[in-house]
Amino acid sequence: MKCKEILEKLSEYIDGELDPELCQDLERHMEDCHPCLVFVNTLKKTISLYKYAGSEPLPKEVHLRLHDYLKKKCQGC
Amino acid sequence: MDLSDQALVEKIKAADYQAFEALVNRYEGKVYRLAMRMLRNQEDAEDALQETFLQVYRGLNGFEGRSTFSTWLFRLATNVCLMKIRHRGTEPAHLLPLEEYLPRHEEGEHPQIQEWPDKPEEVLLSKESRQKMLEALDRLPAEYRAVFILRDIEGLSNAEAGEALGISMAAVKSRLHRARLTLRGMLSGYFERIGS
Repeated sequence: MKCKEILEKLSEYIDGELDPELCQDLERHMEDCHPCLVFVNTLKKTISLYKYAGSEPLPKEVHLRLHDYLKKKCQGC
Repeated sequence: MDLSDQALVEKIKAADYQAFEALVNRYEGKVYRLAMRMLRNQEDAEDALQETFLQVYRGLNGFEGRSTFSTWLFRLATNVCLMKIRHRGTEPAHLLPLEEYLPRHEEGEHPQIQEWPDKPEEVLLSKESRQKMLEALDRLPAEYRAVFILRDIEGLSNAEAGEALGISMAAVKSRLHRARLTLRGMLSGYFERIGS
């Protein structure tokens, strides 16, 4: 497998959706290719950073305004 | 004990408004986060949040449970956000050329790629890095941004994200891959710098 072919498969690899044989090929390639290993690690880090950053709570005032709005609107439904 | 979504839906259909409030409480945070990331503006996100749940209440009698409630809700919320974006008319229409964000492969040579700092997420997530991440997300076209948010931030499966967006699983996977590679590429300069 060449580096460019690896790039095309990385999301499937990260998501565990890659055919086991291709998965082995890819891992063998990464044992010898440090840049591809760094690339996959930084791609995983990108995903986990967004996931981690995405957990802030809903502001209390937004919650209260939503419930007020719905109560008013839905009474006429 | 918490009732399931489906049980709450049945109660709402039988005119139980408290069940609707329970369902709103369960999902309002997720819908708001989705809207904030899609729209990047608190006022628009709050509008989208209110509009989505009003559509839920008005449309619930037509919801037959062929998909899960949460997938149906995400479909409504994503469509509300995409409509707002279309009305703005200022979105990037095309994905930035992916090649700009991929390592250069010269013939027979390995690309030069630098490591990012080997630190846990909570350490790397400063105010500055969060801002860089939001700016990068904002530069993706809305259809790619929506796939990335639903799959990688909200944790929907390929099938659920496809259903929520009305696209095939193959399209979800393709857009997700391009979105991830582009985001990594847009952020690599920043994270390499703070690691060096």
